Amino acid sequence: MNRREAWRARALGLLALVLMLAPLSLLWTVFGDGIGVLDWQFLLAEPEQAGRSGGIGPIIVSTALVLLICMSLAVPLGLGTALFLVEQVRPEGRLNLTLQWALDGLGAVPSVVFGLFGYRLFVVELGWGYSLLAGGCTLACMVLPLFIRGCEQALRDCPQSYRQAAASLAISRVGYLRRILLPFAAPGIAAALVLSAGRALAETAVLLFTAGYVMRWPESLFDSGRTLAVHIYDLAMNVSGGSPASAATALVLLGFALVIQLLAWQIGKRPLSFAR
Amino acid sequence: MSISTPLSLRSNLDWLLRAASLGCALTAAVVLLLILLFLTQASWPLLQQPASLLGASWQPANGLFGLQAMLGASLLSSLLALLLAVPAGLLVSIWLIFYAPAAVARVYGAMLGLMASIPSVVYGLWGLVVLVPLLGAWLPPGASLLAAGIVLALMILPLLMVQADVALRESARRHLPAALCLGVSPWSAIRRVLLPAAWPRLWPAILLQLGRALGETMAVLMVAGNVVQWPGSPFAPVRTLTANIALEMSYATGPHLQALYLSGWLLLVLALLLMALARLYGSRT
Repeated sequence: MNRREAWRARALGLLALVLMLAPLSLLWTVFGDGIGVLDWQFLLAEPEQAGRSGGIGPIIVSTALVLLICMSLAVPLGLGTALFLVEQVRPEGRLNLTLQWALDGLGAVPSVVFGLFGYRLFVVELGWGYSLLAGGCTLACMVLPLFIRGCEQALRDCPQSYRQAAASLAISRVGYLRRILLPFAAPGIAAALVLSAGRALAETAVLLFTAGYVMRWPESLFDSGRTLAVHIYDLAMNVSGGSPASAATALVLLGFALVIQLLAWQIGKRPLSFAR
Repeated sequence: MSISTPLSLRSNLDWLLRAASLGCALTAAVVLLLILLFLTQASWPLLQQPASLLGASWQPANGLFGLQAMLGASLLSSLLALLLAVPAGLLVSIWLIFYAPAAVARVYGAMLGLMASIPSVVYGLWGLVVLVPLLGAWLPPGASLLAAGIVLALMILPLLMVQADVALRESARRHLPAALCLGVSPWSAIRRVLLPAAWPRLWPAILLQLGRALGETMAVLMVAGNVVQWPGSPFAPVRTLTANIALEMSYATGPHLQALYLSGWLLLVLALLLMALARLYGSRT
């Protein structure tokens, strides 16, 4: 019987190895195709010939701006919501249940649907046109549920006894929040922030319809600008001979994603949570 | 006064905090309502004539907006992804928990974390450069339903395995010692006791991943070939609803645009239904 168990372990291990072939091949391909093109010049220069040569300087700037807009909207809104859910609402109350359903619903919305929504609301109705601002706002809607869940978890990790101690000392709610709860939950909140930024960084479909394709240096938030992910897509699909530059851009994006994942890991000091 | 009731609302600051955080929470809920509202409104003229949408042909220039083939492609590619990812993911999760050496399991877990953080467009790029030529050498053209299924399976695998890991560990904690005491081999204990006990937690995870696969756009767009048709075999190129939206949004106007919004509405409703199903199923256990 032990021999049979050993064989099972080996067979399953083999399957596990086979599954890892795909991501390894992915890393190998992106690295192999991209590393030849990647240098400082590539990171700083403007793209030329629709991206076949030149660099990705403006695209990195656009990506950073979109992320900045996205997170500066999502962080206050998300933190406020998480505080409300944890601090201000009865767990079994109807309001809490409704909000939880709404958040799960928002988390389940496909990204391309966010794109349609953002196009309609920000690009057309509000008249912002294809712009970094429209892209950032739409992305903020998309990462909101993820960030809220992360914050909520971080806040709930604060021991109940801290609150009881604060109450027994007649500390005000704001005081409790500022001096005890937020400092305690700060690492978890930071991890949630970093993971949400990673989600936003990886997103493509939303930005196609909201931030657009333009690859000049952005001059204002109302300029259209393409992000790294959109650039990869466009080079790979619509520009013949764009593959090497596409792979190099993918390498840059992967680098950012990896740094973000490691940061979240370090800051949160807990197992990676991929909750969507 | 019990601890759980609000300590005091005596300070204005406390009151302000409550109001502000309520405002934030409502904003988050309102976004979902707005999405539903906008998509329904934008596709309303076509929603009123559902018969025309069931047609098989998608020829926007001629006013034919049949979504049948693309809806089929979306469902088929997602189901194919589940078919590939669920058994493999479960088996490897079992291996990681019960058979693999701890150090190996830790490295493997880190690799899964890395896999989860790879952007979908990079999966698409890999599919385009490696997977499609590989399948094409075997059975052309390569860009196909199968390619879409494989890429989607890779994308949902890490999250599926994280959730399977939680579910299996929980059921092992509860039932494994008892099962082993009865003298069953570990494998039969896993197959006959732990997996059935873990199903109620696995189902919602699988449903959520199905929703994710249905909504995935870029990776599928890059490898599926984008021909509007019912696939005759797994090797035939297809176009999914999501890919269609991404491809045609840039130039669609009038009824064509309404049809694209309608595809989005359909995806939204499907995703919400799956989520509700997962939640109901999860809350019953």
